[in-house]
Amino acid sequence: MTTYLIPLVLIGGLTSCGVYLLLERNLTRMLLGLLLIGNAVNLLIITVAGEMGNPPIRGHTTAARSTTADPLAQGMILTAIVITMGIAAFILALTYRSYRITTAEDVSNDPEDARVAHLSDDEAMAADEDREPLARVRGSDEPDELDALPPDEPEERTSKPDEPDALLNEGPQQ
Amino acid sequence: MTLAAVLTPLPVLIPTVGAAVTLIAGRRPRLQRVVALGALSAVVVVCAALLYLTDRDGTLALNVGGWGSTEPGMGPLGITLVVDRLSALMLVVSAIVLLAVVFYAIGQGIRDGDEQQPVSIFLPTYLALSAGVCMAFLAGDLFNLYVGFEVLLSASFVLLTIGASADRVRAGISYVMVSMVSSLIFLIGIALIYAATGTLNLAELALRLDHVGTGTRGALFAVLMVAFGIKAAVFPLSTWLPDSYPTAPAPVTAVFAGLLTKVGVYAIIRAHTLLFPDGGLDNVLLVAALLTMLVGILGAIAQTDIKRLLSFTLVSHIGFMVFGIALSNQLGMSGAIYYVAHHILVQTTLFLVVGLIERQAGASTLRRLGGLAAASPLLAFVFVVPALNLGGIPPFSGFIGKVALLEAGASDGSVLAWTLVGGGVLTSLLTLYVVARVWTKAFWRSRADAPEGELAMAAPAVLLEDPNADVPFVDRDDVGRMPFGMLAPTAALIAVGVSMTVFAGPIFSYADRAATQVLDRGLYISAVVGGPR
Repeated sequence: MTTYLIPLVLIGGLTSCGVYLLLERNLTRMLLGLLLIGNAVNLLIITVAGEMGNPPIRGHTTAARSTTADPLAQGMILTAIVITMGIAAFILALTYRSYRITTAEDVSNDPEDARVAHLSDDEAMAADEDREPLARVRGSDEPDELDALPPDEPEERTSKPDEPDALLNEGPQQ
Repeated sequence: MTLAAVLTPLPVLIPTVGAAVTLIAGRRPRLQRVVALGALSAVVVVCAALLYLTDRDGTLALNVGGWGSTEPGMGPLGITLVVDRLSALMLVVSAIVLLAVVFYAIGQGIRDGDEQQPVSIFLPTYLALSAGVCMAFLAGDLFNLYVGFEVLLSASFVLLTIGASADRVRAGISYVMVSMVSSLIFLIGIALIYAATGTLNLAELALRLDHVGTGTRGALFAVLMVAFGIKAAVFPLSTWLPDSYPTAPAPVTAVFAGLLTKVGVYAIIRAHTLLFPDGGLDNVLLVAALLTMLVGILGAIAQTDIKRLLSFTLVSHIGFMVFGIALSNQLGMSGAIYYVAHHILVQTTLFLVVGLIERQAGASTLRRLGGLAAASPLLAFVFVVPALNLGGIPPFSGFIGKVALLEAGASDGSVLAWTLVGGGVLTSLLTLYVVARVWTKAFWRSRADAPEGELAMAAPAVLLEDPNADVPFVDRDDVGRMPFGMLAPTAALIAVGVSMTVFAGPIFSYADRAATQVLDRGLYISAVVGGPR
């Protein structure tokens, strides 16, 4: 069996373009990437199925060749095309639905996953031990802390002297 | 036509016809339910008969077109369906699970009203999923396996995004994309195998792949393993699973968790034993199994949502099965087969129980749940039995399966196998920790201790006066009456799970016979190609 370079280069090119598009977050591009890879695989099947030849029907020799083309590869491609088309239609419907809901075409992160990933050690332990997480210590360089009351206000501090301590000690009871 | 030849295509045929009928009868819900229940009950009976026949007569092969082969000693033309002990066991367990879950889904639908969910679509799609699962287990050629995968995947796309709410669409998109990529990789594998051998019939492939060079064979095996690894959720190809499964409705998640990944595991067993018995990837698979176990269970520890937590344990326990397969000895394979059957049942049951918790208690996150053991001892009972089973407490089937796998690892004796034995024990203990954590949080502590439990105090008094009103748990003191239609299938699956302990002897010896049959691929080949090898 002779193999030609051009189809193989084409398959490689289509696949790499497809993978590039699939790695995007934009849904339309992901779909296009999927379709490109699908077509590349179909090309691969027809390339590996051997040379072209007569149609696989008894007594037909339209191509005037000595061999018959492999009908199985074409059957497989037909099936694969139908499946890809059905899924593409489904993805388009999902894309439209997602656009209607979020007015964006991008896939977002899993919110619960992001929440669990951003838990601090203390918050995670607090959840395990059925207590409130400890209050953030004043004076950290968190932006909202920097924007909070300036520390040199004696009246404010004396009026509520033990607020952070109260949070620390009486958290579970609240 | 023998009885076996009549029975073999029926697990695919009955659900397919059932899907068509239920689709036509979309406006007559009662007829739809009767057809769906009837079809899946018939599948259970047929699969049980197939189990008996294969155990008695050995591997059954059916050439659907009946075209024969091009010359004697070659593989048959057209589609081949093959049932051996492994596929028969998978079929029976899947059929039982499918039937129980459809009962549960119908029970939930009747109780909660049909307005919210497009139920007229649910049953046809569910039957199509059943047909796809059965087709994948019966497939005797690689392309038919691909088609079976596609049928079940397409159906699962619809089921996962049913109702098309925002989070389901988001989860559905990543699920569809990942599944399609795995299918395309599988298709690339099919194309390359076809290029190397010129056939796709599994039995004939087994013969011809022996003449392919070692390097090429290893590469082909690796492509297939990547494709099946994504479907089976083997680390590092498993991250899609906890992302997408928990958003679906409870019965859908239950059947996905029980069956879809196991179809991937089944495909790995077939490729590993029949096509590439000395594929050279055993050590890679062992390392992947170890990482799957540990990463999965560590992920589960971090979760607060029970559905996500169970999805992570699902990933983790796939590692046990891959461990047994990759040992490629008799005991490892029988342990893996027993473990697959056990895990299908227990994981489905747990997701059904979580569905009950979510429905009766109004939440599935541990931040809100509490006091369920006092509120409903029955709910606590149906949770704790499969939970202990999953954790591998003796005498449940999880313990039996794990002991077999650990024994197989010890008998292998290599350093890597011993590492996996250690990893398996650790994973088992951590699984127990995880389910015990759910138990203490959701069932034992009082509801006032839950971080967001105070939501439960905000009870609108009007709703509480009528004891029959369906008020979420957060708004009242007890969990209310659980609908019989949801409780009965859950209890039935628990009973089947427990019966894997009660009848552990016969079932394990069956798994052992199945493993012998799977490891001796001459049996499979001679059943399909005909004549002694």
